[in-house]
Amino acid sequence: MVEAERGSKVRIEGLSYEYAGKPALRNVDFEIPDRAVTVLFGPAGSGKTTLLRLINRLNDPVEHTRMSGRLLLDGQDLYAPGVRVTELRRRVGMVFALPLPLPLSVRENVLYGPRLAGARDRLRLSELLESSLRRAALWEEVKDRLDAPASSLSGGQQQRLCIARSLALQPEVLLLDEPTSGLDPISTAKVEESLQALKADCAIVVVPHSVQQAARIADRAAFLLSGELVESGGPQLFTRPRDKRTEDYVTGRFG
Amino acid sequence: MNRRLVQRLGFILLGLVALIVVLPILLVVGAIVVRGIGAINWEFLSSMPRAGMKEGGILPAIVGTLMLTLGTALAAVPIGVGGAIYLAEYARDTALTRAIRLAILNLAGVPSIVYGLFGLGIFVLFLRFGTSVLAGSLTLAIMTLPVIISTAEEALRSVPADFRTVSASLGGTRWQAIRAIVLPQALPGIITGIILGLLRAAGETAPILFTAAAFFLPRIPRSPFEQTMALPYHLYVISTQVPGMPARVQYGTALVLLALVLSLNVVASLIRRRFRRKRQW
Repeated sequence: MVEAERGSKVRIEGLSYEYAGKPALRNVDFEIPDRAVTVLFGPAGSGKTTLLRLINRLNDPVEHTRMSGRLLLDGQDLYAPGVRVTELRRRVGMVFALPLPLPLSVRENVLYGPRLAGARDRLRLSELLESSLRRAALWEEVKDRLDAPASSLSGGQQQRLCIARSLALQPEVLLLDEPTSGLDPISTAKVEESLQALKADCAIVVVPHSVQQAARIADRAAFLLSGELVESGGPQLFTRPRDKRTEDYVTGRFG
Repeated sequence: MNRRLVQRLGFILLGLVALIVVLPILLVVGAIVVRGIGAINWEFLSSMPRAGMKEGGILPAIVGTLMLTLGTALAAVPIGVGGAIYLAEYARDTALTRAIRLAILNLAGVPSIVYGLFGLGIFVLFLRFGTSVLAGSLTLAIMTLPVIISTAEEALRSVPADFRTVSASLGGTRWQAIRAIVLPQALPGIITGIILGLLRAAGETAPILFTAAAFFLPRIPRSPFEQTMALPYHLYVISTQVPGMPARVQYGTALVLLALVLSLNVVASLIRRRFRRKRQW
C-alpha cells in the first residue's frame, strides 16, 4: 500500500464490450490514478456502470457478451488466464447504487469479506471492524449496536456500512456506482466527505448521480457518451470542457 | 344492484367456498377422533398385536413407520437439497437442465403404486435388499425427491440475487455465498418442503406394499434389512383383509396415523417459526 509515486493504478486500453451484439463500450482508453477520486459520468446507457463492473470482473457470469482490449491493474492484465477472480475482488472493492446490506448483523456485514478470506484472529478482526467503520464515518453511530441487524440502520447508514464492508478488505481500488442515489443531502455529504478521506489510501472510482456531484468530488473525470470516451481530464473539465458534447452535457443542455 | 350488496354477496360466496374446503376435513378428523379415541390406551400404543391383530397393540407398526420415515429422510434430504442447490445456483439454462426440470415435474405426478413396483424391481430384486426397511425407505425417498427438490429450488430462488453479487464483490466464491447467506435465508422454505414430502411418505401404502411391509410381524425390526409392519399398510390390512375386526381398533389405528402426521406438521411449523424469529430482517 505504501507507494511513493502517485502513478496510474488502472489502465484501460482499447476496451470494447458488447451485450448480445449491442455495443456498450467502444474502444475506450483511460487511466485511473492512484490515491485520487476519479469520476465516470455521462447520460444513462453511456457505459459507466459496465466499465465499473469490468474492473472487478463482476460481469463474468453475464452470458452472451464480447470483450476486446485490455484492463490492467498495476500493469497486470485482469483478464489474463490464471488471474484468481476472488483475489482480484479483494483488491478491487465495489459499492452498489442501492445500499445492499447482507442479512447479517452490522458486525458480520463488515467482517464478511475478511472472514471469507480466512481471517480468524479475534483481536485483528475487532480492530478491522472499528477502523473500517471509522473510515466510512459510521463508527460513532453504530458502536453501541454492532450486533443489531444491518437492516435496522437508516438508508444513509446502510450505504456507509456497505463502504465500510468494502474497506474491511483494505482494497487498493474502490469502485462506487452511484453510491448516493438513494440518499438525502445530509447522508450524501457524509459519504462524499468520507471519500475525500479515503483517497489517501486507495484509488477511488465513482459513477456520480449528478454532474454537480461529479464536479464536487472529482480529481479526475471522464465523460462517456453511448459507450465512447468523449473527453477526460482534471476538474477543469467541468468549467472549460474542450468538446462541444461535454459542454452541452455539463451545462445541462441535454441529458 | 348496489355495490355494497355485490360485495356482501361476494364475501358470503367466498366464505361458503372456504367452508366447503374445510368441512370434509373437519368431518373426517372428527369422525376418526370420536370413534377411535376409545381404543387409545397405553397397551394399544406399547404392545404387540395379539389374537389375529384383534387385540393387543400396534407398536411394531408405529415403530416401523417411524423407521421408514427416518430412512426416507436420510436418503432424500441430502440428495434433494443438493440437487436443488445445483439447479438453482449452478446449472445454466441448457437443454439438459430443462429436461431435468421437466422430469422432476413429471415424477411428482407418477402414481405411488408405480413407485412401489419400481422399488420392487430395483431394490428388492435387482439389488437384493429383499423386502426390508431399507428397500422401502429408498422407494419412498425416490417418491419424495421431486417434492423436496422443487420446493427447495423455489426457496433458493426467492433469495434476492443481489446478495450473491455482493458476496462475489467481496471476494466470495459461489459456494461461500450459498453457505453463508443463501442457505440460511432459504432454510424455512426448504424445511417446509422436506416435511411436506416426508408427511406424504409416512402415510403412503402403495410404495411399501411390495418393498417393506409385513402383513403380521409382531416384533420390532432389528436392522434395516428386515421387514416391518407400518401404520398405513396395517390399517389397510385390518380394514379389508381380516374378517370380524372390531371397528374400535381400525379407528384407533387411523387416529394414531393421523396424530403422527399432524404432529410432524406442527413440529415443522414450529421450526419455521423459530427460524423466522431468529432473523428479523
